[in-house]
Amino acid sequence: MPTSSMLLLLADGRFPAGAHAHSGGLEAAVAAGRVTDLGTLGEFLRGRLATAGLVGAAFAAAAHRAVPTADRAAELGRLDAELDARTAAPALRTVSRRQGRALLRAGRAIWPYAPFGDLPGGAAGPHQPLVFGLLAAAAGLSRTETALAAAHGTVTGAASAGVRLLGLDPYHVQALLIALAGACDTTAADAARAADGPPEELPAAAAPLADIHAEAHVTWEVRLFAS
Amino acid sequence: MRAAARLVARTDGRGRTVLAELRGEPPLLLRQVPGRDGGVTVYVVGGAAGPLAGDDLRLDVEVGRGAVVRVHTVAASVALPGRPGAVSRMRVRASVAEGASLHWLPEQLVAATGCAHLADSRVMVADGGTLLWRDELICGRYGEQPGDVVVRTTVDHAGRPLLRQSLAVGPDVPGWSGPAVLGGAPATGSLLLLDPARPAAPPEVDLGGPVAGTASRERPGAVARLPLAGDAATLWTATAPDADTLRQHLTPRLPGPVPAPT
Repeated sequence: MPTSSMLLLLADGRFPAGAHAHSGGLEAAVAAGRVTDLGTLGEFLRGRLATAGLVGAAFAAAAHRAVPTADRAAELGRLDAELDARTAAPALRTVSRRQGRALLRAGRAIWPYAPFGDLPGGAAGPHQPLVFGLLAAAAGLSRTETALAAAHGTVTGAASAGVRLLGLDPYHVQALLIALAGACDTTAADAARAADGPPEELPAAAAPLADIHAEAHVTWEVRLFAS
Repeated sequence: MRAAARLVARTDGRGRTVLAELRGEPPLLLRQVPGRDGGVTVYVVGGAAGPLAGDDLRLDVEVGRGAVVRVHTVAASVALPGRPGAVSRMRVRASVAEGASLHWLPEQLVAATGCAHLADSRVMVADGGTLLWRDELICGRYGEQPGDVVVRTTVDHAGRPLLRQSLAVGPDVPGWSGPAVLGGAPATGSLLLLDPARPAAPPEVDLGGPVAGTASRERPGAVARLPLAGDAATLWTATAPDADTLRQHLTPRLPGPVPAPT
């Protein structure tokens, strides 16, 4: 089944899952004075892609892989616990589950027969990459396409937040994303390959400042972005 | 160089920890020093420089029911380049039984220019076990850029995943020193505390930066205290301008009795 249009729809920032409300940690990095211009934004995006981008894409791909398995709910439960163990900052666990809930609302409305009922997470909500994996499988995307859309989303959201937070020229920010396209493809391929292995061997790329910034950001009374 | 070392601790039935096995080979030698509180303290004594790329080192630690073990190293280990294309490995495999306690508090790992090193630790802690585990990485000797290093820490608690983190630095790692990962800090690390007598501490963060009321002083580095999922354990994660500041950030400060960090 040709999936090109599906891939574009799922990778589109206008997909109604509230992604525009999140800066992917950029707002806190800007406030800490660590991202100030186009150059530091580019470095931020590169580091985010290699850490949160890789992990999120690998878990989306692993959830996609779990869909046709007989013990799908148990497999998704293992992925949920493994992703928790890779998300040391409670603020980031909360954000992932909140974004998962938002994506789940869209998924249930669009693909009512997809097996979203097997997702773990209870009232807190399922982790966003797991929902994304199920949703991409329902849309008929391949595992690599699933990882690609997930990795893409981790950098495009932060990049457009950069335009708003720093008043950067949107043409120049788009040029940053174009320059990152190759790295995004490679990250997605690595993530899809990793999903062949057992859940405990999935990537666990850590970013100390992402954890530290997230915990600082969640204490602010006024902020432009939810994360 | 290939080397393996092994440490097995048990209790003697009167509440004292004894070493049922303690063996190593250069450059991975183990030395017991007088302990306190009935526990044992063991130092890893580097019998050679390095690790050098190509070295393959493995340390197994087994802490049996009720035993108390503290492991230190006598000096920082400096990962150095070796044969072109070769990687050095230091693998630690540890298990901590119910009622047992392991403090793993080595000196820092320093990533020298041109090194290629993997520090891979896997720890299984049974329900009712205690673990204090510190990883510290210095990116390059003074004024030097680091080679490629991965510090991977995998901890299971009561058969479930507790912590999985893999920090990568070096010229082959995109964005590692940038504002999403280390923000230019040359020192980074984490301290994990899992103690059945102590629930996870609530989150707390210190971003560093200017000290209120002073024009010139800066609190260096940044640190966050993070309760892990399940609220059984706490992780401190930090970045710092130097090894001393990092050590200060990764020394536990909690109300009540605190495990001695050093």
